[in-house]
Parts: sequence; C-alpha cells; structure tokens
Amino acid sequence: MSVQKHQTDAEPLFNALRDQMAASIAYDAKLIGVYSGGAWLAERLKAELDGEHELGFIDVAFYRDDLSMSGLKPTVRATHIPFSVEGAHLVIVDDVLFTGRSIRAAINTLFDYGRPASIRLAVLVDRGGRELPIAADFVGDALIVAADQMLALNRDETGKLFLTMEPWKK
Amino acid sequence: MLSKKNIQLNENGELHHLLAIEGLPKRILERILDTAESFVGINEREMKVVPLLRGKSIFNVFFENSTRTRTTFEIAAKRLSADVVSLDVARSSTSKGESILDTIANLSAMHADMFVVRHSASGAPYLIAQNVAPHVHVVNAGDGRHEHPTQGLLDVFTIRKYKKQFNHLTVAIVGDILHSRVARSQIHALTTLGVPELRVIGPQTLLPAEIERLGVRVFTSMEEGLRGVDVVTMLRLQNERMNGALLPSASEYFSRYGLTPQKLALAKPDAIVLHPGPMNRGVEIDSAVADGAQSVILPQVTYGIAIRMAVMAILAGATR
Repeated sequence: MSVQKHQTDAEPLFNALRDQMAASIAYDAKLIGVYSGGAWLAERLKAELDGEHELGFIDVAFYRDDLSMSGLKPTVRATHIPFSVEGAHLVIVDDVLFTGRSIRAAINTLFDYGRPASIRLAVLVDRGGRELPIAADFVGDALIVAADQMLALNRDETGKLFLTMEPWKK
Repeated sequence: MLSKKNIQLNENGELHHLLAIEGLPKRILERILDTAESFVGINEREMKVVPLLRGKSIFNVFFENSTRTRTTFEIAAKRLSADVVSLDVARSSTSKGESILDTIANLSAMHADMFVVRHSASGAPYLIAQNVAPHVHVVNAGDGRHEHPTQGLLDVFTIRKYKKQFNHLTVAIVGDILHSRVARSQIHALTTLGVPELRVIGPQTLLPAEIERLGVRVFTSMEEGLRGVDVVTMLRLQNERMNGALLPSASEYFSRYGLTPQKLALAKPDAIVLHPGPMNRGVEIDSAVADGAQSVILPQVTYGIAIRMAVMAILAGATR
C-alpha cells in the first residue's frame, strides 16, 4: 500500500524560532531538548544563539500517561541533564506541539531533577489540538494539520531539518 | 525451534510474559538491554522514582525463599511507582496445602497486574502464565533448574557495559552447570546475542549430559578452559551439593575450580569476573578475586535493578 508522505523544508521555521528566542531568553538559559526532534533543535539553537546555553536531553517515556494504551515505546533514550536544574532558567525545546501531553511529561521529568526558577517552551511547529492547558512561549510557525496526519521533524545527513507528514501508524 | 506458540509473546510479537530467555528473539533481548540503559540513569538520580507504573499492582510470589532476588524486584517495582506486595508463600499458603493455581487465583481476585514468581519446580511460571487473565503478566524469578531470565539479562547487560560488543567475546561459565538456572539463562542470552565462543567449565559430575548441544565447549580443567577468555562467570556452589556424592569436599573443589588470582591470570588481562551471588568465598571464589579490580559483582547488583525495571515496564505496556 502506498502511503502519502509529504516533506517540507523546516529551515525557515527554525530561523523564525531562533530569532524569537534570541530576542528574549536569558543569557544563561539552559536548553532541554526532548528526544529526538527537540534534541536536534536544541543542538542547533545552542550553536546559533548568543549566550552560555548549556544543553540537556530528556526522554519523557517514563512520564507519559498512555502506557496502558500504547505501551512503552521501542527505544527509550537515556535522559541526560549534565547540570543542576535547581534554580535554573530552562527552555524546553520540542519539534511539534500537539496535545500537550508530552510537554506535561517533560515538565514532570524536570521537576524530578530539582526545582527550576522558570521553564519556558519553544516549539518548531504548533499544530493545535491541545488537550491540556499548555501554550508555547516561542513558536516557529503555527500549521493547520488534519487530525489523522502525523507531523514529525527529520534531519538529513547534512543536518538539514525537514518536516514529514504522513498518516498515523498504530 | 519451539513447535507450539511462544506464550511469552503477544500477537504483535511483543513480550507479554518473561518466562525464559530460550526462544526469545535477539530484538527482544536488545530492547530490554537498551531500555535498562535508560533506567540506570534514573537509579543514579537523587529522585529514583518514575511514575510509569502508577496504580499497577505487582505481587512477588516466592514459593521458594530468596530474600535477595525478591528485594531487587521490590525495589524495581517501587522505583516504577507500582504497588508491590511480597508474599513468602513458602511459609504460608502452600504449607497449609493450597495449590499454586489457587494461590494465584486468590491474588488475581485482588486485581494483580503482574506476578513475579519463584518456584523450586521447573516450569511453574508457565503453568501460572497459562492460567492468568489476558491482561496479567508473569515474570519468572527462577524456576527449579530451568531458567532465571532476569539474572541472565543482568549478566549480559553487565558484560555489554564493560565489553561493548558481544561478537568478539569468549565467555566461560564455571561451576555447577547441572543445577544452575543462572547458567542456562546466560547461555541462551549470550548465544542469541552472538557470542562466538562460550565455554562451560566444571567437574564431570556437575555438567549436564549433552550440554554441547547448546553450542558450548566443555572443559573439566580450569587451566585449559580459562585461557584467553574475556568474561568469567562463577556459579555459586550450593552447599547441599556437598552432601551428595557429586563432590568430595569444599576444599578440594576450591583447589580445582575455585577462582584464584593465579587461575584468573590465564584469562585475558582485561577479563571481567561475574558472580550471581550470594558468594561462597573460599569455595568457588577467592576473596582476592571477588574484591579485586576485575570483579564486576557489585555492578551486577546495581544493574539488576535497572534490568528488572525495564522488564516490568515493557511487560506492563504490552497488551493482549
């Protein structure tokens, strides 16, 4: 069966996100990339933003609320936060903001490492469809995406970012 | 190959029960090891608990005593936020004449989601797995002489931590292979993961007949068997074996099969030494080795928690 799969260049969205953040985040704000798309974005942001932005990576699998529906995902990456989050200004970086459930899980994950001074949220794409009272502080772009489509960030071998859209697979 | 359907897997090929390493495909073993890798980090945090299994009830049902193994499962369950109850049925229900399945049926009526079972009879966890409700998961925590799959998994996890790859290793398992479920699980795990040379070393009386069929090389001499190995697993010599006709005495066993620094020197210089515990110092292992630089016996205990967390998390997420 052939599956409709669309690809879109994500670099303009990344530039828009970076420029918004450059104007607003603390000089020492620490970037927390959510695996895997958010981790790529956080690495790029660290490289392209001025300031001393330490990097951490989280996998929210152990904090999700859908274990009994979807099971544990096949690959859980190791959360790696090489600094104290206590009293820190953090920015969670993720690729696509949809229901808000993984951001809820990300916030809970971070609080198990300490009490941050603040947490802000940066996403490449806000596709609407929120199921929780969560909003992003920085958004590359807002896109309207049909509910039956999955939107995900990918990276080619040169490091270039692009978005793919395809029907959800169970 | 298994002729009948592998009851450990659900229709999607996911792990539903963990009863034995034998018959599990490599991808399942690797998934458990990879997931455990993430739990190692959780166990090193100040906050060692994740909310993954909140609301799940896990019953440790030990028909045969083992405080140590039971405790590691309890810790793993608690760090996943499950409710865990440990029953020492060896001292209660069965001594009053209750059958295994009645014990399990009673606990199921309390809405158990998972059973961790130890039993002196090989195959008991299979009997339980065949008789629980479809949403209930069973973990074998050691059945008779058959298998001890989480021990096998933590052994290979420890080996992978220190040696990175399996495909160039020579591994020796030393001691009472005949009665050892640890050996059986480790042999199946290492074979599935692609270890090219697996050796078993022990006195003839403690080697099962036709063990070669599992793909291992058999040695009765430590001096020959340990030469050039990357990993040595020492098995515990159970005291009760001394009472039978299988062995002459603990001191003679030690002189022939006890791991001393001199014997370990025959292995590769960077060889690691594993032991499932509890150790009999001066019987199967010399203190100088047990406490030496090549010993990874305590890391095994640490990683055992992460492995059991990974197994429980994966099982709890599988549906049938």
